[in-house]
Amino acid sequence: MSVYLLRRLIQAALVMLAMSVIVFIGVYAIGDPVEILISPDADQAERARAIAALGLDKPLWEQYFSFLGNALRGDLGRSFVFNEPALQLIAQRAPATLELAFGATFLAVLVGLPLGLYAGLRPNGVGAKTIMAGSILGFSLPTFWVGLMLIMVFAVQLGWLPSTGRGETVEVLGMRWSFLTWNGLTHMAMPALNLALFKISLVIRLTRAGVRETMLMDYVKFARAKGLAPKRIIGVHVFKNILIPVVTVVGLELGSTIAFSVVTESVFAWPGMGKLIIDSINVLDRPVIVAYLMSIVFMFIVINLIVDLLYSVLDPRVRLESK
Amino acid sequence: MSATTAPPVPTETKAPRVETPLRRFISEFAESKMAVGALIVFLAIVLIAIFAPLISPQNPYDLAQLDIMDGRLEPGSKSGDGSITYWLGTDDQGRDMLSGIMYGLRISLVVGAGSAIVAALVGASLGMLAAYAGGRTDTVIMRLVDLQLSFPTILSALMILAFLGKGVMNVVIALIVVEWAYYARTVRGTALVERRREYIEAAQCLALPTRRIIFRHLLPNCMPPLIVVATIQIARAIALEATLSFLGLGVPITEPSLGLLIANGYEYMLSGKYWISFYPGIALLITIVSINLVGDHLRDVLNPRLKK
Repeated sequence: MSVYLLRRLIQAALVMLAMSVIVFIGVYAIGDPVEILISPDADQAERARAIAALGLDKPLWEQYFSFLGNALRGDLGRSFVFNEPALQLIAQRAPATLELAFGATFLAVLVGLPLGLYAGLRPNGVGAKTIMAGSILGFSLPTFWVGLMLIMVFAVQLGWLPSTGRGETVEVLGMRWSFLTWNGLTHMAMPALNLALFKISLVIRLTRAGVRETMLMDYVKFARAKGLAPKRIIGVHVFKNILIPVVTVVGLELGSTIAFSVVTESVFAWPGMGKLIIDSINVLDRPVIVAYLMSIVFMFIVINLIVDLLYSVLDPRVRLESK
Repeated sequence: MSATTAPPVPTETKAPRVETPLRRFISEFAESKMAVGALIVFLAIVLIAIFAPLISPQNPYDLAQLDIMDGRLEPGSKSGDGSITYWLGTDDQGRDMLSGIMYGLRISLVVGAGSAIVAALVGASLGMLAAYAGGRTDTVIMRLVDLQLSFPTILSALMILAFLGKGVMNVVIALIVVEWAYYARTVRGTALVERRREYIEAAQCLALPTRRIIFRHLLPNCMPPLIVVATIQIARAIALEATLSFLGLGVPITEPSLGLLIANGYEYMLSGKYWISFYPGIALLITIVSINLVGDHLRDVLNPRLKK
């Protein structure tokens, strides 16, 4: 196990290193780094000083190592717009994005699991067909457009929910959260649902496929033959077995939920990391772009690592195969 | 289609129609009314996009034709001089939404299909190379594919647009980079199975050049899954382009695609002017759903495991 762990850790570090090279090349080599890293408002003297300070007169590999060294110390430059360390900006916005992503994941399981279960148990019924058609729609609907339509219906026409922003927040553990206040929750409802739509469809399809497969298994037949109540068969025997793939996929999807929150945050003016990166791209605030890309790549690698390790604990075959 | 297959030979005894693979494919595809309907809808959309300049009431990109006084008119209202009826309303610049949608469809389809074709070429070549060369080449290519697929599409696209800047061409590049891996993985998987078949062995025994074996023998047999992936990927590319344009990273404001038309309506939504965002979204939705339905059914038809 420890050998496997070590190998996986080294792999993750290598991927992170590769991504740092890609981001470095993207920002420093493709564009003009002077244009990219120095504020366009800077005067000549400031420019010269910044070029020397950033080491832009040195060879490329030397620049890369100083970039890497700074990155390891958590220094990814200062935002032109906010004049704050870029990484700090990202960290400030992270709670908003995280609570949105977790809220969406929670909604996806809460809605998708029962619907998928129903569709799997009565695959030929009208209800199941409607659910499956709905899930195709959930895959096909462009997220941003659904978000706009949600605003139009619930905020503009019905006036039930606030259209944008985060609402009241409470400070817990030094970070501001809005899911702990009623006002914050009402602000969160629409963005979370919007972000969850795709996952709901995914969970429905996974659950349905799982149920249909599991219902044909011998142990289910045996449980039936034993005379167990259908409720118990479905609730215990079937449910337990479909949960493994669903949990895995939902866990893996967490990263992509965070990445896709870019869209939802832009629609609902939700002040998270996603809105920050879009604003930064639009005003060419490159240090923030670099900081966002590096931190989200890091997060991805960590999530993938955790999922892989959990897998090897749950399923010994994975571990043995890699030997 | 009858041009590519032999027409049924009229004989005295009513012989059963000659079954060619293409004809079997068509009849199997026609089994699903939903898929056929979706195909018809999609073809209609393509025709509308192609003939947009002929059938649209207005050229939405010609600023001289736009009258700012007609801005934000409700669906069905007449233009100031009474020459045009805006069936789907107008946007803030007085652009007829119906014409805007027709022209927007062109950009969306061209960007979506164009990037899908280039990505298919790149991905299929690399996948084929990985399968045929094996060894280290295979490892390197497939590692790259794994890396690409472990990041969500929107993140890769954002990364590329952050490096290259905004613009249609850059969106196309981003879409290609995002998509190639799906093709590579699909083609490699199929090619690995196909290359062990007897016909490849036979071709090798005939000492045919490798290039000929790959392109004339291996590739055609890898086509079915490739076509399925391509269909789904075109829909995904169109959706992603719309999303990127909505975020303000795609096409320029003077020639809006569907995504940008929707984005333009965003600020007017709050004052109840729904049509600017609503109708382009419906057009986008119909396009994506129809492609997905066709792709979904193609997968069933072309999947050998489901063959009766």
